Amino acid sequence: MTPKRRQRVLLIAVMVIGVGIAAGFALNAFNENLMFFYTPSKVVAGEAPAGHLIRVGGLVTKDSVKRQQDGLTVVFDITDNAETIQVQYTGILPDLFREGQGIVAHGRLQGDRMFVADEVLAKHDENYMPPEVADALKTAHEAGVAGKAAATN
Amino acid sequence: MFNNFFHKMASPKYFYRIAGSLIPWLAGACLLFTLAGLYYGLYLAPPDYQQGESYRIMFIHVPAAWMSMFVYVVMAGAGAIGLVWRIKLAEIMVISSAPIGASFTFLALVSGSLWGKPMWGAWWVWDARLTAELILLFLYLGIIALHGAIEDRRTAARAVAILTLVGVINIPIIHFSVEWWNTLHQGPTVTRFDKPAIHISMLIPLLLMAVAFKLYYAFVVLMRARCELLERESNAGWVRELVESK
Amino acid sequence: MNLNEFLHMGGYAFYVWTSYGIALLILLVNIIAPARQRRKLLTDIARKARRARREI
Repeated sequence: MTPKRRQRVLLIAVMVIGVGIAAGFALNAFNENLMFFYTPSKVVAGEAPAGHLIRVGGLVTKDSVKRQQDGLTVVFDITDNAETIQVQYTGILPDLFREGQGIVAHGRLQGDRMFVADEVLAKHDENYMPPEVADALKTAHEAGVAGKAAATN
Repeated sequence: MFNNFFHKMASPKYFYRIAGSLIPWLAGACLLFTLAGLYYGLYLAPPDYQQGESYRIMFIHVPAAWMSMFVYVVMAGAGAIGLVWRIKLAEIMVISSAPIGASFTFLALVSGSLWGKPMWGAWWVWDARLTAELILLFLYLGIIALHGAIEDRRTAARAVAILTLVGVINIPIIHFSVEWWNTLHQGPTVTRFDKPAIHISMLIPLLLMAVAFKLYYAFVVLMRARCELLERESNAGWVRELVESK
Repeated sequence: MNLNEFLHMGGYAFYVWTSYGIALLILLVNIIAPARQRRKLLTDIARKARRARREI
């Protein structure tokens, strides 16, 4: 490589690395703003601003979904497996909304563990499989759990 | 001999001819893979346990999103080669790739939107993954606009290469956005270190379509590169010979 | 599976078929555009060459 070309390689490397470092600092500084939602743990820890429009996200707790009398309002718990908050929402839920699934709700905090949502989005996971395989996995998992329980008893 | 081959490839005349004979083969292979992918993806593959039939958008969305990043990395590599060695063909590769990359990015965004509406409940959200992909589209459009704005071809190529290299930082940001931040978009399925979290009957059509998209890029970029070469070298002897032999 | 069921896509017909339709459209445009451009370039260059010869 001629010295001139070596110099150009060096220049390009410095430029790319420089931009990379700058981007790293910038993203680090705006880290909080880049989070799409707050987790229940952050909400309980008081890190989410009360009274402001924010998003919270977590898994819908099993058997926590309750429909109100009017048939449109639902109340359910979401959890990040550490803390749990309650969400109240009036409107149509997305197709993927179900217990055990991840959701992201947009709205305001009322009190420290109550969230009133005006929009609920479903977050799907990265697993794809046919229904039969999912059933088989579930059965195997339940058998495994039952087996373990039987072993400990 | 090896060196000789590259010298020949880098000469516009040979490149034009070799590209011309490669294009039909690549296009044919692309068509075969596309048909196989569509048949497998739309007909043979079973519905998803959570998303039903709607997940079939994946066979368009995921290859398009992969290609949107792959094309950009190719452009950055060719741009660096063009800057260091001043190889005309590398410069041509950069600018010939840009419209294709922009198309893939647009396709990834639109198909993602059409997938997001029924599954998430929203056409668009400003989460880190979606926003970074939108920035990628703007980068592509900026590259095309910059190239069009500079009259002198070689100056334009140099400016475009520098802009491409500055923007390459966006590629790891897109890839890791779903891990670094809370996003509505889910994490990676296929490109993670342990086993892919997708059933084999769905993985096969996905990979078939991914190969089809790669082949598509290969032959379309060669088509564009040939045009770019003709335009740049319209006064060269080999172009005149080519025209007169017709 | 019959054809109707296939086209229905479990109720997601609009989303699935629009995605595939837009994909087809974009991919075809990207093939047709350079093919037409090359033909136009070649005729332009040929015309210019003929004119240049006549002037000499």
